Amino acid sequence: MDLSPPVQFDLHRRMVRIRVFEEAAGRLAEANKLPGFLHLYVGEEAVAAGVCAALNDDDHITSTHRGHGHLVAKGGDFNRMMAELMGKSTGMCKGKGGSMHISDLSLGMLGANGIVGAGSPIAVGAAFANKYRGRGQVAVAFFGDGATNIGAFHEAANMACALHLPIVFACENNEYGEFTPRSATMAITDIVDRAAGYGMPGVIIDGMDVVAVHEATLEAVARARAGGGPSLIEAKTYRFYNHHGIQNLGLKYRPDDEVAQWKERDPIFTFEDRMIENGTMTRDRVDEIWAGLRGEIEVAIKFAEDSPLPTPDQILVDVYTSMTGAAQ
Amino acid sequence: MSEVRKLTYGGAFNEAVRQAMEADENIFCAGEDIGAFGGVFGTYLGLQAKFGAHRVVDTPISEQAIVGLGIGAAVTGLRPIVDLMFMDFICVAFDQIVNQAAKLKYMFGGEATMPLTITTGGGAGLSAAAQHSQSLEAILCHIPGLKVVYPSNPYDMKGLMTACIRENNPTIMVKHKRLLGMSAHVPEENYEIPLGKANIMRAGTDVTVIAYGRMANETLVAAEKLAADGIECEVIDPRTLQPLDTDSIVESARKTHKVLVVHEAVKFGGLGAEIASQIHELAFDYLDAPVARIGAPFSPVPFSPALEQHYLPDAASIEAGIRNLVQRS
Ligand SMILES: Cc1ncc(C[n+]2csc(CCOP(=O)(O)OP(=O)(O)O)c2C)c(N)n1
Ligand SMILES: [Mg+2]
Repeated sequence: MDLSPPVQFDLHRRMVRIRVFEEAAGRLAEANKLPGFLHLYVGEEAVAAGVCAALNDDDHITSTHRGHGHLVAKGGDFNRMMAELMGKSTGMCKGKGGSMHISDLSLGMLGANGIVGAGSPIAVGAAFANKYRGRGQVAVAFFGDGATNIGAFHEAANMACALHLPIVFACENNEYGEFTPRSATMAITDIVDRAAGYGMPGVIIDGMDVVAVHEATLEAVARARAGGGPSLIEAKTYRFYNHHGIQNLGLKYRPDDEVAQWKERDPIFTFEDRMIENGTMTRDRVDEIWAGLRGEIEVAIKFAEDSPLPTPDQILVDVYTSMTGAAQ
Repeated sequence: MSEVRKLTYGGAFNEAVRQAMEADENIFCAGEDIGAFGGVFGTYLGLQAKFGAHRVVDTPISEQAIVGLGIGAAVTGLRPIVDLMFMDFICVAFDQIVNQAAKLKYMFGGEATMPLTITTGGGAGLSAAAQHSQSLEAILCHIPGLKVVYPSNPYDMKGLMTACIRENNPTIMVKHKRLLGMSAHVPEENYEIPLGKANIMRAGTDVTVIAYGRMANETLVAAEKLAADGIECEVIDPRTLQPLDTDSIVESARKTHKVLVVHEAVKFGGLGAEIASQIHELAFDYLDAPVARIGAPFSPVPFSPALEQHYLPDAASIEAGIRNLVQRS
C-alpha cells in the first residue's frame, strides 16, 4: 500500500461511517420505524469510500436507489440523513424524498434516484457545466451492473465521450439487479467490455479492496481533470443484504454459500487486518473508531426521533421556485 | 365449494394470466424479475415454473426494449403481456407506448394488429415517494389508440385481465399496489368483463360518485357511513378508463342530479376533468350543482407518511366531499 496513513485512515473512516449508518437504518427498518423502501449499501462500502475520497468537496456525484453510501462517503450529515429516512422536517430533503431521493447539493451529491439509470445523464450534465465553467471539477456517475442495460446509460456514456467531458463512470457490479442474476440479463460478464464501444478506457477492480478502488479513481479523476475525457471503472462487489431491507421475504435468489463467500471478503474487516498487519492501525484504535461512530449514529437517531414531522401545508411548497402561476 | 373460493387481487391477476396461457400458446410474458422470482409484487409467481423460461421471460432493466419487444412480437402474431413494474416507469418507455404501440395500426392504414397487454403497478400510499407512487392514467387515456384498465377488486381484476389479454389493441392494465392483498370471491372458471363497461357498485338516489382503483373502495366506505345518515350514494366504478362508459355515468347523473368524481391522481388535468366535462355536455340540465372533483394536490407524491396521508384522498375526505355536494340544491 503506497497510500499515506492519513489517506488510509480517511478511507477506513468513510467505510465505517457507511456501515454504521446502514446497520442502524436496517435495524430501524426491521423494527418498522422507517417508512418506504430501503436499499442498503452494506458490503459495497469500499466503492463509495474509495471513489469519494478521490474527489474534492466541489466535485459532483450522481447516485442510485442504493444511495446512502454515496452520500455518507461524500460527507453526508448523519443527523439530517437519519431524519430524512424517518420522513422528518429536519431531513436532508425535508421529508419529501426519503431514502430513494436522499441528496445534498452543498456536497455535490446530486441525488439518489428511484429510476434505474437516470443518474448517468445528469452526471453528464454536471460534467458539461464543470467543463464549461473551467473550474477543474469532475463528475462521477455511480450505477449498478443492471443499470448498464437501460438506454439512458448508453446515451450518457456516448455523449460524455463525444463531448470529451470530465466524468468517471463508476459501476458497482454486484452481480444482481434486484432478484435476477446478471447472467440472465446480459451476455457479457464484465461491464468494462462496454467502455471500448464508447471510446473510453475502462478498468476492472476488486470492489472489496478500498485501496484498489481509490487508486483507480485517482487515475481516472486525474485524467478527467487534465482534459483526458471519460473513464469507466468496474468494481466487482456484492451487497450483503437483500435488494431492499435486510432480509429477503420472497423466493430465494442467491445461494447461501455465495453470500457467505463474499462476506468473508468484507471490505472493512479485510482492510483493518491489512492496516493492523502493516502497523498503520491498532486493534484498539479500530475499536475506538467504531465506538465513536456508533455513538454518532445514536445521536442521529435521537435527533431524528425528536424532530418534528412536516406539516400538511408543506405539500405544495417547493413544487416550483415560486408558486406564481401554478395550479393548486 | 367454488362459490366461496377467495383470491387476492394479485392472485386473480395471476390466475387470469395462467388460464389464458394454458388456452393459447401464443401468449407469453416478459418483464423485470417476473420469471424466477415471480415479480416484485408476486403477481407472476409460479408462471415461469409452469410455462417455462421461453414463455415467462426475465428481461434486462430496459423498459423501452420491453415494450418494443411486445410491440414487435404482437405485430408479428404473438400475444405479449409485458410488465413495467411501477407505473412511473412508463415514462422510460413512453416513446414505444405513445408513438409506436398506440399508433401503428392507424399509421399503417389498419394493417397492423396489436394484441399487446402492458401491466404495471400504480398508486400511492406506501411511502414509496415521488418516482414510485404516481397515478399517470390520465396521460395514457389522452393517447388515441391505447386502452386503459384499472380494476378495484379481485373479481374485476380477473375478468378485466382476461379481457385485456383477448383484446386486439394495446391495453394498459394498472394494478393498484395497495390492493394486491385484497381478498374476495373469484370464480375459478375463466370469465371476461368487457372493456368499456362501468360497474354500478352501489345503487343510490341522492348523489353519484365515480371512482376507480383503490378510491372506489374508499368511496364505498364513505357511502356506507352516509347511508346511516340517510344519504344514498350511487357508486360507479368505470373499471375501464379508456374507453370510458359515458352512457352509464350520464344516466346516473340524470337520475341523482349531483356528481362527484374521485381519484388519487392530481386533480388538475385528471380523469375527473374529462368526466365532469362530459357530464356537463350531456346532462347539464339535470344537474343541481356543478360536477365536483376530489384529487391529489398539484405536487409530486411526498415521501413522509405525515404528508402522504394528507396528500391522498380517503374515505373521510370523500365523505366530506359528498356531504358538501348534497347540501347544494
Ligand atoms: C427504470 C427502472 N426500472 C426498474 C426499476 C426497479 N429497480 C429498482 S433497483 C433495480 C435493480 C438495479 O440493479 P443494479 O443497477 O445492478 O443496482 P443494484 O440494485 O444491484 O445496486 C430495479 C430493476 C427502477 N427503479 N427503475
Ligand atoms: Mg446490481
